[in-house]
Amino acid sequence: MGKKKLDWTLLILVAILAAFGLMLLYSTSTYNGRVKFDDPAYYFKKQLFATILGAAVLAAVSRADYHIFIKFAPIIYAVSLGLSLAVLFVGQEINGSKRWLSLGPLSFQPAEFAKVAVVLFLTYRIERTKKKTDNLFFMARTMCWLLPIVGLVGSNNLSTAIIILGIGVMLVFVENPRYLQFLVIGGTGVAFIALFLSLESYRLERLAIWRNPEAYEKGFQTIQGLYAIGSGGIFGRGFGNSLQKLGFVPEAQNDMIFSIICEELGLFGASVLILIFSLLVWRLMVIATHAEDLSGALIASGIMGHMAMQVILNIAVVTNTIPNTGITLPFVSYGGTSVLFLLAEMGLALSVSRRSRGIM
Amino acid sequence: MKKNRTYHKKKIVIIFTCCAVMLMGLIGRLVYLMVFRSDYYAQKADDLHERERDIKAARGRIIDATGEILAANKTVCTISVIHSQIKEPEKVIDMLCRELELSEEVVRKRVEKVSSIERVKANVDKETGDRIREYGYAGVKVDEDFKRYYPYGELASKVLGFTGADNQGIIGLEVKYDEVLQGVNGKILTTTDARGIELNGIGENRIDPVPGYDLHISLDRNIQEYAQQAAEKVMEKKQADGVSILMMNPQNGEIYACVNVPEFDLNEPFELPEGTATDGLSEEQIQDLRNQMWRNACINDTYEPGSTFKIITMSAGLEEGVVSLDDTFLCPGYRIVEDRRIHCHKRTGHGTETFLQAAQNSCNPVFIDVGLRLGVDRYYEYFKQFGLMEKTGIDLPGEAGTIMHDKKNIGDVELATISFGQSFQITPVQLATTVSSLINGGRRITPHFGVEVQDENGKVIETLSYETEDGIVSEKTSAAVRMILESVVSEGSGKNAAIEGYSIGGKTATSQTLPRSANRYISSFLGFAPADNPKVLAVCIIDNPQGIYYGGTIAAPVIKEIFEDVLPYLGIERAELQEEEKVANLE
Repeated sequence: MGKKKLDWTLLILVAILAAFGLMLLYSTSTYNGRVKFDDPAYYFKKQLFATILGAAVLAAVSRADYHIFIKFAPIIYAVSLGLSLAVLFVGQEINGSKRWLSLGPLSFQPAEFAKVAVVLFLTYRIERTKKKTDNLFFMARTMCWLLPIVGLVGSNNLSTAIIILGIGVMLVFVENPRYLQFLVIGGTGVAFIALFLSLESYRLERLAIWRNPEAYEKGFQTIQGLYAIGSGGIFGRGFGNSLQKLGFVPEAQNDMIFSIICEELGLFGASVLILIFSLLVWRLMVIATHAEDLSGALIASGIMGHMAMQVILNIAVVTNTIPNTGITLPFVSYGGTSVLFLLAEMGLALSVSRRSRGIM
Repeated sequence: MKKNRTYHKKKIVIIFTCCAVMLMGLIGRLVYLMVFRSDYYAQKADDLHERERDIKAARGRIIDATGEILAANKTVCTISVIHSQIKEPEKVIDMLCRELELSEEVVRKRVEKVSSIERVKANVDKETGDRIREYGYAGVKVDEDFKRYYPYGELASKVLGFTGADNQGIIGLEVKYDEVLQGVNGKILTTTDARGIELNGIGENRIDPVPGYDLHISLDRNIQEYAQQAAEKVMEKKQADGVSILMMNPQNGEIYACVNVPEFDLNEPFELPEGTATDGLSEEQIQDLRNQMWRNACINDTYEPGSTFKIITMSAGLEEGVVSLDDTFLCPGYRIVEDRRIHCHKRTGHGTETFLQAAQNSCNPVFIDVGLRLGVDRYYEYFKQFGLMEKTGIDLPGEAGTIMHDKKNIGDVELATISFGQSFQITPVQLATTVSSLINGGRRITPHFGVEVQDENGKVIETLSYETEDGIVSEKTSAAVRMILESVVSEGSGKNAAIEGYSIGGKTATSQTLPRSANRYISSFLGFAPADNPKVLAVCIIDNPQGIYYGGTIAAPVIKEIFEDVLPYLGIERAELQEEEKVANLE
């Protein structure tokens, strides 16, 4: 068994990202806060509260033994399913999407919780299986366990459902010694997505908007994001000086926040942010490879996959590298539940690192 | 508990590697967007953020020959309220009512209206605007702007013209010299948020306006005023429809005065004269009335000149040698041309008379004879040579052309009527210009107002020059015409224009307007002084006078009255004064 030492590198990276995120969120959201709520710090205050809460959760989780969470994974998964189901009936609608559960002054987004639950639950399933786990049948069965939550979340938040599926595939990939079948799965997946897109004309429209956003009214958000990114240049307009956040990029503090970062901090600042994210992902990889057992490795790699996927998809969407889909940028985009559970995940990763076999 | 095997670790590294590659790819994408496409997107973004506001350029002034400013700019303020910024509505309403002298009801409506910006009052004078600004109430906006201002109101209204809301000339010199006067508007580029609200402190880009140039004109305010007073006086006395007086320097074409009463107030150019009934008129009809009010009769309207045109016939006759001063004629009171009997204004006839006497008497049969001696071809040639077929080229818009018979339609009867100024139409400025050329030694000049263009500091930008054409008639003919016209005033029909001590040349005219049955007349007089070396030429035209309508009786005294003031003003001294001075010098 390894030395019980916290991974300080990860903790520092998380602290930097959380602080950086709060700062950027404040800069981006002041205008919308002032216009909509007469309070420039409206979004910042809520995010700060969630971050503080998240930091406490992180501290607690990182001290705990992650095997406890795996033990309770079925319950966690069941709760997550329940909450996702509840949101369909009693959910609060914001901006046309029913994704939040109201708890007095606080609102909670079950989809964010579902991601952590899936990581823990799949680890639990893999750990529990005594039979051979390298056949297609096992893979299919494992994925089947995911279907209820993917269905529930996907009914109102397709992007998160895709991420949940992605996490599932990644965990099975890590657990399984083979490669070939994943190529087959990958190929099938691509074919399936192509079919899925061509069945619904509105999805094809999304592709057309992606290719030429300026020609479509629905390309407005994308175009405004590109204006922001382009006008940043190499060093940007300076912190707080974005013009596109003044109502031009709609809801700039949400999915499109990266475009404002580009505008204010330029290519330089944006690249630094991407590098910090890369370091974070790298550190999660290190923790995963040094985990004392498979379950620790699976938890850390699941978190790594989640983190990497969200960052990549978000930036790819904002830069119009892929068609538009609503995915937030971890730690930076506005969203209390998201920050809370991201920090909880980091706590889990730290917990794995504490029991690891001597990282460096 | 399962082990974390090597192949697990390998797969984790594979996932990480894929992610790292994708993240680097995204940085590459950012480099493309933020370096190579940066200019394109930044320009698009700027277009989106920037609002352009014009700053009006100060329009150049119009300055008369004495340096008096006839058209200037006044700073005026526009008072507006911005609903969302008002903090103390009651105080604002109270203050605006007091300062702008508006009813509370009106102001309250503006202040309480929920709109982004609401104009309360425009064209507020600067002092009031400054006072309102000093109150410092939030949400009250005072914008300064230039407004064209004419210090003399009605003076030379149809010459100067006025400007419209966009600072562009609408009639008169303001149109003709629009480019010179206008200047270049400046711009303020401001940056706004998505709702169009200007952001303070960033991105304000200012391009200063370039003021327009000043136009210096030959018109003399004092002469214009004398002439206008004289015109108004005779218009009232004779209950005429209108009176026009044009005064110019026959040597170079500079116009000293151009009066067309009734004038209108340049500061309120759209207001029809008091008492005009506009009820039931369409907007178009009202605009027609305004256009009528703005017409410059000296330039925009033609009329049958009548006997003043005999100056042209006499010049052509003398130049061609078909008549000399001592040729004798018989006037029985009419002349039969082809099958028509054309009367002299004196039905009993002038009897036997020399050409000079005929000119003094303004005898129609004699001038018919001169015209017929010339014949259609030669008369028509002179008509063209004197410049009557072309416009004068005066620097005012809308000059009317001559309305003349086609040459092929001119028979002896038409030629006879043309010889004494009937059956065709010209503008008063055409008459004045043509006579100027005939009495100044034969140099056709271009009548004009514009003399010089200067910048605001008085630096000359352009000295305006005008076409002249020499040799319209010989100096000899010109001298004879001057002598004849001098005798018309000293001994003939123009004696009402004579002023003791001055040698004045002139010719009267009375013409009946079409249709003849309406019994409407135009009486006119053309005079110049000094007769031997003319420095000033004046035409007075009285439209539809009531009662006595003879030009010699009613128009000649108007010119006399003006000359009495203007000749000394122009430094043309009385002959006897010169005598006295000579005596004084001898002593």
